[in-house]
Amino acid sequence: MLATQAMLEQGIHVEGINFYTGFCVEGHTHAIRKKDKAKPKRNNALWVAEQLGIKLHIIDVIDEYKDVVINPKHGYGSNMNPCLDCKCFMVRKAHEWIEEHNFDFIITGEVVGQRPMSQRRDTMPVIQRESGAEDRLLRPLCAKILPATLPEREGWVDREKLFDFNGRGRKPQIALAEKMGISDFAQPSGGCCFLTDAAYSGKLADLWSARGERRYELDDIMLLKVGRHLRPRPHFKIIVGREEGENRFLEGYRKQFTHLYTTSHPGPLVLLDGEANDDDLQLAAQLAARFSQGKMAETVRVELHEKGAAKRELDVTPLTNEEIPVEWYL
Amino acid sequence: MSHHQLDARRMLCPMPVIRTQNFVAKLPAGDTVDVLCTDPGALHDIPAWCRIHGHEIIGTQELDGELIISVRVGTPSG
Repeated sequence: MLATQAMLEQGIHVEGINFYTGFCVEGHTHAIRKKDKAKPKRNNALWVAEQLGIKLHIIDVIDEYKDVVINPKHGYGSNMNPCLDCKCFMVRKAHEWIEEHNFDFIITGEVVGQRPMSQRRDTMPVIQRESGAEDRLLRPLCAKILPATLPEREGWVDREKLFDFNGRGRKPQIALAEKMGISDFAQPSGGCCFLTDAAYSGKLADLWSARGERRYELDDIMLLKVGRHLRPRPHFKIIVGREEGENRFLEGYRKQFTHLYTTSHPGPLVLLDGEANDDDLQLAAQLAARFSQGKMAETVRVELHEKGAAKRELDVTPLTNEEIPVEWYL
Repeated sequence: MSHHQLDARRMLCPMPVIRTQNFVAKLPAGDTVDVLCTDPGALHDIPAWCRIHGHEIIGTQELDGELIISVRVGTPSG
């Protein structure tokens, strides 16, 4: 936002690009979970573009992004976050976009030393090089402590009006925002990607381990954001809706999964991912019963819809807390 | 002027916006599109996208938990 405003103040025409990878935190989870209904559902990229008065292009990179997540050349951060590869990928896509649409250069809001992987003095040149953007990549917020880029050398941008921010602190940015009259801003310290989340990364690692290969589809990564995930056996896991909004979201997947829910008592929708024999289905039904309002009852009736089979009913005893090993929870 | 329908049901934002953006890009000014959605976030995001790009929201309605957001395509600018 600050980098864009700095360019706008120099009279430069700027348009925004927002890449949608499927791992973005905002939007989905708020839309799904009923308890988050009160939170504003604004898309921050759209909101920022509107505040700045620029166009925004949202680009679906879900399929292309898979290779970044699955085979990151520069490895992962503390979780499954391939930050440096991600930045190289996004700047490369931005570079392709500017060539296609006759724009002259790319700007980002990066600051030297701000992030531990992708915004270090030694990794920032890697992004320029591997993205192919080279010196058409300008970082206005820290440009003065980096070599001059093409737009600066050509005089398209006045280098003297750019900034020399560095390090993890945000005080200079906050002061600049105030000077620019910007009082509301989104994501001042990252945290917008599920791959930086330890619990989410654990579920993704489990998914790959259970499948015996590192691959995913959009539905897989969406489902990892929703519900309680338990893997009672290596060959199947269950996803249990935690509240009404999640149950409604999971309902959209009923045709793709064996699913079950309690009928004698109110309870969640449970999806079963994997191959399950009769014993496994019995166990899944007992777990569904455990997470229903009949968890203290002697018997709970569960309706089971196996993929490709007629529905049937099971009367089961709910598992107790003690009977659910903590290792089952993903 | 033609009227179109775009199905973005069961998609979570920003996918309905992306679908709308890509669909509208192929249409001439004045055409109208009914975007069918189920994510309530689209009620905020599609109008925001329209404001940014010079398109007009000509109506929104909810039918049986499904949203219909009607857009009139504006004249391309810049």
